[in-house]
Amino acid sequence: MLIIDCPFCGPRDEREFEYCGPYRERRPDNMDNLSESDFIDYLLVPENPEGVGQEFWWHKRGCGEWLLVVRDTRTHQILSTVEADAE
Amino acid sequence: MEKYSLYSLVRNSFTQHRDWSPAWITHDLKKNYDVIIIGGGGHGLATAYYLAKIHGVANITVLERGWLGGGNVARNTVTIRSNYLRQESIPFFIKSVEMYEGLSKELNFNLMHSRRSMIDIIQTYPKLREIKRKMYVMDIFGATYKPISVSEIRRRIPTLAGGGNDSRLPIIAGMVHPEGAVNRHDAVAWGYARAASSLGVEIHQNTKVNSLLRNDDGTIRGVSTVKGDVLADRVAVAVSGHTTQLTDTVGLRLPLRSFNLSAFVSEPVKPMIDVVVNCPDLGVYLSQTAKGELVIGGAPDPGQSFRRGTNQLVFERTVGAMLELFPSFKKLKLLRQWGGTVDIAPDASPIISETEIPGLYITAGWWGGYKAIPAGGLTFANLIATNTPHQLTKSFTLDRFETLDYILEPGTTTRV
Ligand SMILES: Cc1cc2nc3c(=O)[nH]c(=O)nc-3n(C[C@H](O)[C@H](O)[C@H](O)COP(=O)(O)OP(=O)(O)OC[C@H]3O[C@@H](n4cnc5c(N)ncnc54)[C@H](O)[C@@H]3O)c2cc1C
Ligand SMILES: [Zn+2]
Repeated sequence: MLIIDCPFCGPRDEREFEYCGPYRERRPDNMDNLSESDFIDYLLVPENPEGVGQEFWWHKRGCGEWLLVVRDTRTHQILSTVEADAE
Repeated sequence: MEKYSLYSLVRNSFTQHRDWSPAWITHDLKKNYDVIIIGGGGHGLATAYYLAKIHGVANITVLERGWLGGGNVARNTVTIRSNYLRQESIPFFIKSVEMYEGLSKELNFNLMHSRRSMIDIIQTYPKLREIKRKMYVMDIFGATYKPISVSEIRRRIPTLAGGGNDSRLPIIAGMVHPEGAVNRHDAVAWGYARAASSLGVEIHQNTKVNSLLRNDDGTIRGVSTVKGDVLADRVAVAVSGHTTQLTDTVGLRLPLRSFNLSAFVSEPVKPMIDVVVNCPDLGVYLSQTAKGELVIGGAPDPGQSFRRGTNQLVFERTVGAMLELFPSFKKLKLLRQWGGTVDIAPDASPIISETEIPGLYITAGWWGGYKAIPAGGLTFANLIATNTPHQLTKSFTLDRFETLDYILEPGTTTRV
């Protein structure tokens, strides 16, 4: 079980969170400059690292914030947890 | 290939079983092959077998990172079924289930294949609607999926004492899929390996492929392995769960994510369940092996994973769900548990396809791909040999994603 250190609530166990998919950039603003194939690539091709990757977790049964978690997919060790919109 | 039979068993017993010949032959790794298959799991070995058997390709090698039967082919819960929803999927899975039924004979290897029937336990109305729809579509293609009453479910599965009217989710309906079956997973890997080896296929264990190699004109050149470079005009990736690790090395971008799926096995007990029980609303399914153990499966770990372990939360949820329906199982001890890495496409349908790199083929996105091994191998071999997709898998190509023509498949039971 993961222990996710919510920057607002402190360390809480995985039961309180919902996994919300791998990190990706915000949907591009300027769609006119984007080719169809680039947009489909943006929509469909996720990060799939065997190693360190970033993903969204929602503190659903806690403060309700979205968090950006950096986690190693080989060990499930969490390296950092920040508010998703902070950067 | 030494033929396995009652006669050979008796004959070998006179020499204390010391003189059996090896099931597959070990070779030195060559520099060139006609076809390189990466991954010695069910799909890779079956593909090699059908390439040699049907298409007469002689010079094939299978390169396996670990040992034969160390991947998902021997980590799964062996549920074989064809109750899918899409017209693209059902004929493919019907074919695969049929092939399994004759496979022990074809491979001369006892797969302990056992047709069991699978019973789906329905506890919510949305699931009931979905399942009725599946029934109508399956009917068109000739797969069987029939409603049964709750009392009939309880008659066929006497240990199913939970899910009554006073429970959180009372059982409201059930479906029987008589084609549902189980068999012995290692035997599938070993059987295909032995049959392929006897047709001249070279199997190399402990031969991890680190990257794919391309020629200057963009076509595939071969692979770079821990034992040096190996070249071929045709390279087939069948590495279940690790596909993007290889395709990334040539910049091929694929819509796949990898997850950890786990299984739990109880101590062996006397026969008490002779069907595969699937409870989609609670997210647990189980069957009993010939040895008497319960094999229990549940949901994947949340979040992408290559860990091949078990998650305490998934364990609690799976076992908790099982005890809601089978309260007497709380006395059982669980003996073993493990995980496996499987990858999945956004529409939950498989990919059997050529790629933008000429000569490079992939078979991937096998979430419930154990049942698919015979037909998956057959159709992938056809693609590699003829460069055209097999009739049964012509929809499962990569170009569907270019146009977002998803084959959304809820029959691939998962919520990721
Ligand atoms: C817990 C669990 C339960 C499941 N239950 C079912 C079920 O009930 N029914 C069903 O139909 N399916 C089920 N599945 C899915 C099924 O097991 C897989 O879809 C299927 O086995 C994948 O195909 P495979 O047999 O070829 O995979 P594998 O046996 O995993 O073969 C891939 C091979 O590639 C090798 N490899 C990886 N990378 C490299 C490399 N770089 N170089 C060389 N070799 C490499 C691996 O070592 C591995 O041996 C389950 C899976 C799991 C994990
Ligand atoms: Zn919080």
